[in-house]
Amino acid sequence: MALGFVPYLTLALFLGPVAAGLVFTLLPSFGYLPALGETQIGLRIFARLFDQPGLASSVALTLGTGFAASLVSLGLALGFCAAAHGRPIFRSAERLLAPLLATPHAAIALGFAFLIAPSGWLVRLVSPEFTGWTRPPDFASVGDAAGVALVLGLVLKEAPYLLLMAVAAHGQIAATATMATARTLGYSPFAAWLKAILPQLYPQIRLPIYAVLAFSLSAVDVALILGPSNPPPLAVLAVRWANDPLLDLFLPAMAAASLQLLLVAVAIGIWRLGEASVARVARPWLADGTRGRALERVAPVARAALLAVAAINAVCIAAMALWSVAAAWRFPHALPERWSFDNWMRAASRLAEPALTTLSVAAAVTLAALVLVCLCLENESRRQRAAGPSALWALYLPLLVPQISFLLGAQSLLVRLGWDGTWGALVWFHLLFVLPYVFLVLADPWRALDPRYAKLAACLGAAPWRVFFAVRLPLLLRPLLVAAAVGFAVSIGLYLPTVLGGGGRLTSLATEAVSLASGGDRRIVGVYAFLQALLPLLAFGLALAIPAFAFRNRRGLR
Amino acid sequence: MSGLVFEHVRLAAGARVLVADFSLALAPGEIATVMGASGSGKSSLLAYACGTLAPGLAASGSVRLDGIEISGLPPERRRIGILFQDDLLFPHLSVGANLGFGLRADVKDRRARIDQALEAAGLAGFAARDPATLSGGQRQRVALMRALLAEPAAILLDEPFGKLDADLRAQMRDFVFAHVRERKLPCLMVTHDSQDAAAAGGVVRTL
Amino acid sequence: MILDRRTFLALAAAAAASPVRAQGLASWSDTLAQARGKPVFFNAWGGDERTNAFVEWTAARVRAEFGIDLRHVKLRDTAEAVQRVIAEKAAGRDAGGAVDLIWINGPNFLAMKERGLLFGPFAQTLPNFRYVDTAAKPSTIVDFTVPVEGYAAPWRMAQIVYVYDSARLANPPRSIPALRDWALANPGRTTHPAVRNFLGATFLKQALFELVPDPSVLQRAAGGDYEATVAPLWRWYDALRPALWRQGRQFPDSGPAQRQLLNDGEIDLMVSFNPAEAAVSIANELLPKTARVYTMAAGTIGNTSFVAIPYNAANRAAAMVVSDFLMGPEAQARMSDPRQLGNPSVLDIARLPEDGRRFFAAIPPIAGMPAPAELGRVLPEPHPSWMTRIAADWERRYTG
Repeated sequence: MALGFVPYLTLALFLGPVAAGLVFTLLPSFGYLPALGETQIGLRIFARLFDQPGLASSVALTLGTGFAASLVSLGLALGFCAAAHGRPIFRSAERLLAPLLATPHAAIALGFAFLIAPSGWLVRLVSPEFTGWTRPPDFASVGDAAGVALVLGLVLKEAPYLLLMAVAAHGQIAATATMATARTLGYSPFAAWLKAILPQLYPQIRLPIYAVLAFSLSAVDVALILGPSNPPPLAVLAVRWANDPLLDLFLPAMAAASLQLLLVAVAIGIWRLGEASVARVARPWLADGTRGRALERVAPVARAALLAVAAINAVCIAAMALWSVAAAWRFPHALPERWSFDNWMRAASRLAEPALTTLSVAAAVTLAALVLVCLCLENESRRQRAAGPSALWALYLPLLVPQISFLLGAQSLLVRLGWDGTWGALVWFHLLFVLPYVFLVLADPWRALDPRYAKLAACLGAAPWRVFFAVRLPLLLRPLLVAAAVGFAVSIGLYLPTVLGGGGRLTSLATEAVSLASGGDRRIVGVYAFLQALLPLLAFGLALAIPAFAFRNRRGLR
Repeated sequence: MSGLVFEHVRLAAGARVLVADFSLALAPGEIATVMGASGSGKSSLLAYACGTLAPGLAASGSVRLDGIEISGLPPERRRIGILFQDDLLFPHLSVGANLGFGLRADVKDRRARIDQALEAAGLAGFAARDPATLSGGQRQRVALMRALLAEPAAILLDEPFGKLDADLRAQMRDFVFAHVRERKLPCLMVTHDSQDAAAAGGVVRTL
Repeated sequence: MILDRRTFLALAAAAAASPVRAQGLASWSDTLAQARGKPVFFNAWGGDERTNAFVEWTAARVRAEFGIDLRHVKLRDTAEAVQRVIAEKAAGRDAGGAVDLIWINGPNFLAMKERGLLFGPFAQTLPNFRYVDTAAKPSTIVDFTVPVEGYAAPWRMAQIVYVYDSARLANPPRSIPALRDWALANPGRTTHPAVRNFLGATFLKQALFELVPDPSVLQRAAGGDYEATVAPLWRWYDALRPALWRQGRQFPDSGPAQRQLLNDGEIDLMVSFNPAEAAVSIANELLPKTARVYTMAAGTIGNTSFVAIPYNAANRAAAMVVSDFLMGPEAQARMSDPRQLGNPSVLDIARLPEDGRRFFAAIPPIAGMPAPAELGRVLPEPHPSWMTRIAADWERRYTG
């Protein structure tokens, strides 16, 4: 039966480019690129890589910021779970967080850069009245050499992501009953969560954590906007060198992309060891009987910290929205001196093409991912057997392998095939990152749907495809649309895959916003960033509104 | 011969045998009962008959309906209706549309047939209602009507009254049995309630 | 300096005399016919909104006039386009390339020309080339000492100026040593773009010009004399750097990024390649009304921006038509209009026919725009090897 091939087709579409891209990154790094006359396999390219100025600091910076961003994000997410579990805020977290996650990294980073710059919003709010500064102070709050701004910018997006994953994972363990049991035994809520829930929950969110670690170690767009540039993190160096006009640094760029892969692998290994050590140290504490009432004092701080992250996200978007309608907004004014829609008018004609590309690619890739995922899941349902853990690892692969490590190679492969810069290639590149999220969002509700509906429909004489279209899809309308909105949002936020897959011919709001950020007009950047943030929010709005309307007379589906 | 016939049905989950050797012949209009503790394989036996058995279970033996071997057919072609403990009305469809789902596509006077079925269930005028707004008994009656509108040649009842309180239970039992007998359907019921078995008045088998 | 000027003019003459492949004007109508209905992927740095708007206007005009669909591929760095062509050559795609037209000069141009990655010669065959002022503006045919030889068409002139806010800085420093002394007295109040950026490297180059005893050496490729020649530059820069914005540890990405800093009041002085920088930015509310430009007493470096066509461009004819349009009077007048870009034109306006001069006559005067005489002497660009080596040295010396 043809349906049985869909999972293999999906894996091929999905892992093929990753594998091929890795090969075409690794081969040149080890000195094999006949097109440039390099055929001698060896380590000389790596030797050249290590000769580049600033490489050691770049590697140190990459590891430092990657670990810091991941640890802080995880700490905030888990701290909030421990402090808020069982409270109304915890139950509404999922609803509140989805829009945050939908906002592209670049848009948040651009807003955050304005927020914390010496001439930025925070300083303007208190200047000159409280600080006496009539001019911006000379300190490096954006692009600082240690990468603090970069870490904070990453945390803004990654902490809500981990929290959402953790909230969802609570459903897979008997969290409410476990908490109730622990609390009747006299444990404070915070301690009960840490001692009884966390050890069960952690394995459920391990893959998302590794994905966050991999992303933090290799993000290019956030690093371009918030990170130091002299030297920048390794992934930025690789992109920079790959663009070297004299091609002298093309091979070191490939080696840097390979080194990036190694860094992520080593980092995940170190993290794994860290997990084991923490578990070993904490094991006696779990059963020592301390009820942890003192820990309860941390709880309000933990709750406030995450709410602050959410609020900063909102402020970042608001800043971009304000800039997009500002005519003049000089330091130290806290609000624009004059307002105008001229920025939108001026940008409108230039926005049209990237906006159209953004929307058409996002729509196409979302549809493709939905079809593939639905068919894979339908195949599962008909065989009544869920895919195993190896399928989950396969799904996470494009999220764990650093983008630069396989996209550079995949791009040179596209050029070889003459497919670079085509709309189809761009959709395919996006599919690698959209498909996992669509699958992760949809799989749980799909698998949780009462299988008896389908059985009963079959006994009423409905053939399998009628069951699929008339029963399963309508019953899953809500998660289907949420998965679509997530896929859409992911596509809109993709930077590096668009730069490399679009081959420069196709640009999106993400690539335009980052490229304009290197210029200097915050008003125009505001237009692009705000629009980029707005589109996913609209998609989420639709995903909530459509079922609400379609099922307005169906109480059982509310 | 007409009716539903089980011959030497054997169900096993790995090494564990659920049903060793089950044979039973049901005439049209006859209601037989299978009793047994939870996990005894009662529901699996019904799933085997209607073709929705989980793939992990090994099954053998013959199921014939009106003389035709059906154990190799897909569920939608077996013409066996089933009613569960939960009514499983499709929450995305109105009451009328739920009934329409059961009707074959080539039936012409759909609206009239649906109205008739609702009337027979004492629910005239409920076609446009959201199933979630109905009471438990009303929903169970709609579920039965939906199963009957598909014109099955036999019907299976999987603890269909288990969730109703005692009062409603007797009423519902009478309602279902009356319709089954009226249409002369062979009917196999799985229950753990001996009152259900007594009311059915047919053969009682224990697994 | 006289010697140097003579060398420069000699090179210019050599370039003008170099043989041009016969592609007579008779074929221009064929070129126009081939161009109609074709797209042109114009790869140009996209970090400047005004330039983007100008490209957009060009796209509308060439669509109306020639039926050409001009698409602006916005680059973070011109090198991206060069690399794309190199990647295509490496992949054996010798026709149907993704890049039709590149905004280019300096090291990128040299790299492409040396590697045979450019189509040409074609510039001299374009109808509007006859109005280009190759005599008074030799950089239109000699780019950074490299003879252009028709492998690129000039479209935009540039000269280094310094931009300051006259309300905060009354007497800006007029020489390179004075710039250092002023910075030391006012730490954190000036910067330059990252040296990877063309304008960043230019900042150093301008300093080198004033600091070397004999600037004529810069017209030759940097050789064994390199270290000795640049030593004064590094002595000057080592003294200056701690007094730069962010103690010289952080640099804006590009010229416009500096402008944001000047507008925010983080810095008081910045370098620019556009004499109309202040006038245009004031008009667009990107700089305060008191912003002004000036040049160094000893003069500043000027150059020409070109457009070039990769050897494998898919839409060569259409790219030629666009190149010609860009150097035509209508586009040149719009470009030199301070309300648009404000760059000096590559044309000799006096030689234009009446209907061409009309476009320039229509440009109104505007505040903040320097008169040509105020800009002083235009110094020739050094050989690209100097900039390449200085940029590499800077990376090695000052990368964390």
